[in-house]
Amino acid sequence: MDAYSAQTTVSGEMRGTRSSERRLAIIMIAPSVIALLVIGIYPLLFALNVSFRSYMLTRPRDLGTFLGLQNYGTVLNDPLFWGAMGRTATLFAAVIPTQLIFGIALALLLNATRWKGLAAVLRVALVLPFAMTPAVVGLIARLLYNRDFGFFNYLLSLVGAQPVNWLGDPTGAMIAVILTDIWQWTPFVALVMLSGLTLVPQDSIDSARLDASNWWQIFRYIQLPFLMPGITAVLILRTADILKLFDMPFILTRGGPGVSTELISLYVQRVGFRVFDMGIASAQAVLLLILCIILSRLYITFFYREVVVD
Amino acid sequence: MTAVSKAKARPAVYVGERKRRPLTWQHIGQLAVLIFVLLLILFPLYWMITTSVKQTVDTFAVPPLLIFQPTLDHYQQVFAEGAVPKAALNSLIIAGGATILAVLLGTPAAYVMARFEFRGKRDLWFWYISNRFITPVVVVLPFFLIARDLNALDTHWYLILVYQTFTIPLVVWLCLDQFRAVPRDVDDAAKVDGCNLFQTFFYINLPLAIPGIVVSAILSFIFSWNELLFALLLTRDQARTAPVEASAFMTGMGIRWGEMMATGTLIVLPVVIFAALVSRHLVRGLTMGAVK
Repeated sequence: MDAYSAQTTVSGEMRGTRSSERRLAIIMIAPSVIALLVIGIYPLLFALNVSFRSYMLTRPRDLGTFLGLQNYGTVLNDPLFWGAMGRTATLFAAVIPTQLIFGIALALLLNATRWKGLAAVLRVALVLPFAMTPAVVGLIARLLYNRDFGFFNYLLSLVGAQPVNWLGDPTGAMIAVILTDIWQWTPFVALVMLSGLTLVPQDSIDSARLDASNWWQIFRYIQLPFLMPGITAVLILRTADILKLFDMPFILTRGGPGVSTELISLYVQRVGFRVFDMGIASAQAVLLLILCIILSRLYITFFYREVVVD
Repeated sequence: MTAVSKAKARPAVYVGERKRRPLTWQHIGQLAVLIFVLLLILFPLYWMITTSVKQTVDTFAVPPLLIFQPTLDHYQQVFAEGAVPKAALNSLIIAGGATILAVLLGTPAAYVMARFEFRGKRDLWFWYISNRFITPVVVVLPFFLIARDLNALDTHWYLILVYQTFTIPLVVWLCLDQFRAVPRDVDDAAKVDGCNLFQTFFYINLPLAIPGIVVSAILSFIFSWNELLFALLLTRDQARTAPVEASAFMTGMGIRWGEMMATGTLIVLPVVIFAALVSRHLVRGLTMGAVK
């Protein structure tokens, strides 16, 4: 890190400012810092504390006995935990390459097309899927995947296929979650990529065209370098989002049938609030938190290498 | 920009031609793909809205009906039962409250961070960004236990506070940029006129930063309005929000698709309007820095 890393405090020296001004500055910044300490740090410490104890939600007045690392051992040896992690990884593996490929393709098309008006309309429309309330997206998906009168089975019937019981079948339910996530987040990837493409100097593309490079060479050697930061960002952010993913699958499948679509967020929530074992759930949460911290550090390393705040 | 620069593939063909490009099959193909993508994006919305105005019988029709007798029955039913309007009002109070609080707390902090050097500023900054990565399920358990001890379960104010975990970073992050764009000369002039730091911020900088503040407020509102996990576990009845109410449709035997889609339409309506208004900034808000 750097010379600043000692502590997060606003009481340090402020360069070249009078003391009354410094005091006002502290007063102006303090409320948000205190608010975030109280609601951001305290719950994390609380979770850390509970994760070392046997704490049942059913016995609220009793913080439980100190178990040390026992909960962590239980979690790491829990096949259900690893199962949920595995399903989360499956979702990631299915969703990320698809979103990147289609996102980049769509961005290239939007960037180059002669249909500027339509492209402008699309840029606004592309925002809708990932701005939409995920709970409602889950509701709509339930309707579309319905076995008896859903639109997907109607499409299948057009090509003569038998209706699929999407949400009643483990594989079908997972596919439903995957497709819904692809619908919701490919537009986001496309817009991130599009903003990268707008940075490509037109001159280099023009001269490459004069060299009679084909589109793949232009993409590979001229445009792709400008897309790399966006691709990195998408990889890290989508990883974090998939670890977070709760609302849409909660409404769409409730993790079912069985545990076939129970992603990690759904599982931790269930252990805490359905099984009432707060100690175990907190240990899981802390492990998840460590993953999130690693991700955010990666993000910062890639995007804030220089001093960002001047 | 020249015609040459826009042509995508087969560049040599177009070199030298400076006027309108002829319409080729490639352009027709592009048009077809773009329209297809647009339909793909809008289809679920279309399906939700049409289902909300279909008679219940028509909902189950196979093949799906394209032409049907529309009805507002489901909306009337939803309003008559009252749970959804009440939840929407709760959502409005909570998302609105969370947004206002975040702007009140976040803008002065953003201004100070834009103007001063101080120890720990980088850490503070990183911390704001890290919040984007924290999985809510990590903190929802302690939030629940704390709320129970404080008797704060099922209250609006508690959810408003909890939502500050993501609204304050968003506001600080977006407004910092905006304040940095205000020239320091403005501050110096104000200082000469006898304004103290807060007055300089409040009377001079704040009005100039309104566009950024509005964008950050709208994004805060959208994210608070959409949030489900915290609301699901921290509210029951009194402060129950719209997404929680939507999720309640999934329980019980007979699913009332019409009412469900009417509810969904009502919930999504403000988000769609706001998202269209700030569409250019939404990606920026979600990536916190990777996209300019």
